[in-house]
Amino acid sequence: MIAEALILVCLIIGVTFNALGVLGLIRFPDLYTRMHATTKATTFGSIFTGSAVVIYGIWIYLATWDSAFMTLFIHALIAIVALAFTNAVSSHALARAAHKSGILPHPAVVDRLAEVKP
Amino acid sequence: MTVAWEPLSYWMPAVAILLVLIFGAAFRLAKGPTPADRAVAVDTVNTLVIASMVILAVVYRQVIFVDIAIVYAVLSYVSTLYIAKYLGGEM
Repeated sequence: MIAEALILVCLIIGVTFNALGVLGLIRFPDLYTRMHATTKATTFGSIFTGSAVVIYGIWIYLATWDSAFMTLFIHALIAIVALAFTNAVSSHALARAAHKSGILPHPAVVDRLAEVKP
Repeated sequence: MTVAWEPLSYWMPAVAILLVLIFGAAFRLAKGPTPADRAVAVDTVNTLVIASMVILAVVYRQVIFVDIAIVYAVLSYVSTLYIAKYLGGEM
């Protein structure tokens, strides 16, 4: 009962944050604000939907001792870790490439990357 | 000890909402004014596909979906890095 409620709460949090990230992707005016909304919210939401699967695997494994569910939760954990690390690095590379290709944040007060000598 | 097997009760609506969100990101993919916007939209679609594939592994009781999601995550990482190198003028 506790595990089922925990799974439901994790799924609701994850889907809500994914929805907020995509809403920011559609509605925000600038590339950098879109990236700010999308990367953080989508990574956070996907971590929560994946951890719902992890909790489900642990729960059914402790109830039935079927080793397929242990495989399920370990692999879901690996998927979460891979997603969390690769999303951050790839969004950093994309923001840096967009800045180098000439798209500047319009009302920027401080732009440290433009001051770096090439 | 018996466990209630109800995979369709709340897993499948979550996948349905994620599918709607994928179409919302595809709107920005079609409309985005600069190529960097489209790259960000592709990255978002990849993340949502990975999340929904991990959930679909529970719905269809196939552990292999999670392995495919791991490979998809690594491939989307590599492709996004190459798109970033192309956009930055380093290729």
